[in-house]
Amino acid sequence: MELLKRFKEGDVDAFEALFRQFQGDVYGWIVQIVRDRGVAEDLTIETFWRIYKARTRFDTEGAFGSWARRIATNLAIDHTRRRRLGQELPSDLPSPEVPDSALRRETRQKIESAFRRLPPKLQVAATLALIEERSYEEIALALGKPTGAIRTRVFRAIRQLRKQLERMGVKPQ
Amino acid sequence: MTGDEEIERLLKDVFPSADKELQRDLWPAMLRKLEAPKATLSWFDWALIVALASWILFYPEGILQLLYQL
Repeated sequence: MELLKRFKEGDVDAFEALFRQFQGDVYGWIVQIVRDRGVAEDLTIETFWRIYKARTRFDTEGAFGSWARRIATNLAIDHTRRRRLGQELPSDLPSPEVPDSALRRETRQKIESAFRRLPPKLQVAATLALIEERSYEEIALALGKPTGAIRTRVFRAIRQLRKQLERMGVKPQ
Repeated sequence: MTGDEEIERLLKDVFPSADKELQRDLWPAMLRKLEAPKATLSWFDWALIVALASWILFYPEGILQLLYQL
């Protein structure tokens, strides 16, 4: 609590202590959404920069980690929105091995393309819930939305993805 | 397997779970950002702004000429 008070007063040492304590968590959360290590590092720094600038508004009774994660999520959504406009696909993370080539390259590209075309809010909710298997409660907290809203987003993401894939000639069961 | 589960499986096949481990300490980069000088206007910039504002105030037709030159 003392640390948070000192941070709020602009003490850089207190900010450094908080940074070192939470940088891993913030990075880990962002990289799941943006799926690019370099971008995730940049957004982690931007998250803490915004935290530092907004320190006077921080409620020292609240949880620093949740506050940081919410700012990080918003930044990651903004990045996803910009990337969608530019249709830039992240290539930093390795592709999984497909031993039996059940998913051919073309099909994989279609799925990737269809997923990246989802509206950013749906894309982020689906990434966290379906790919990273984060709980709806955790996602809801990070997005500042009710759990039901997150379930709806994931449901809509699946529905839109299915339609998009069918248009592309990929037919899930 | 339902259609929803199939979509989920396809996504997991295409997008591997991200490695969440931070590879390096980001504090030095954060510190550089904190210590970076803020963009400020020099006295010359202010003088130009004042001169331009005065010119437009006393000679509004000048806006058209200025736009034409741009």
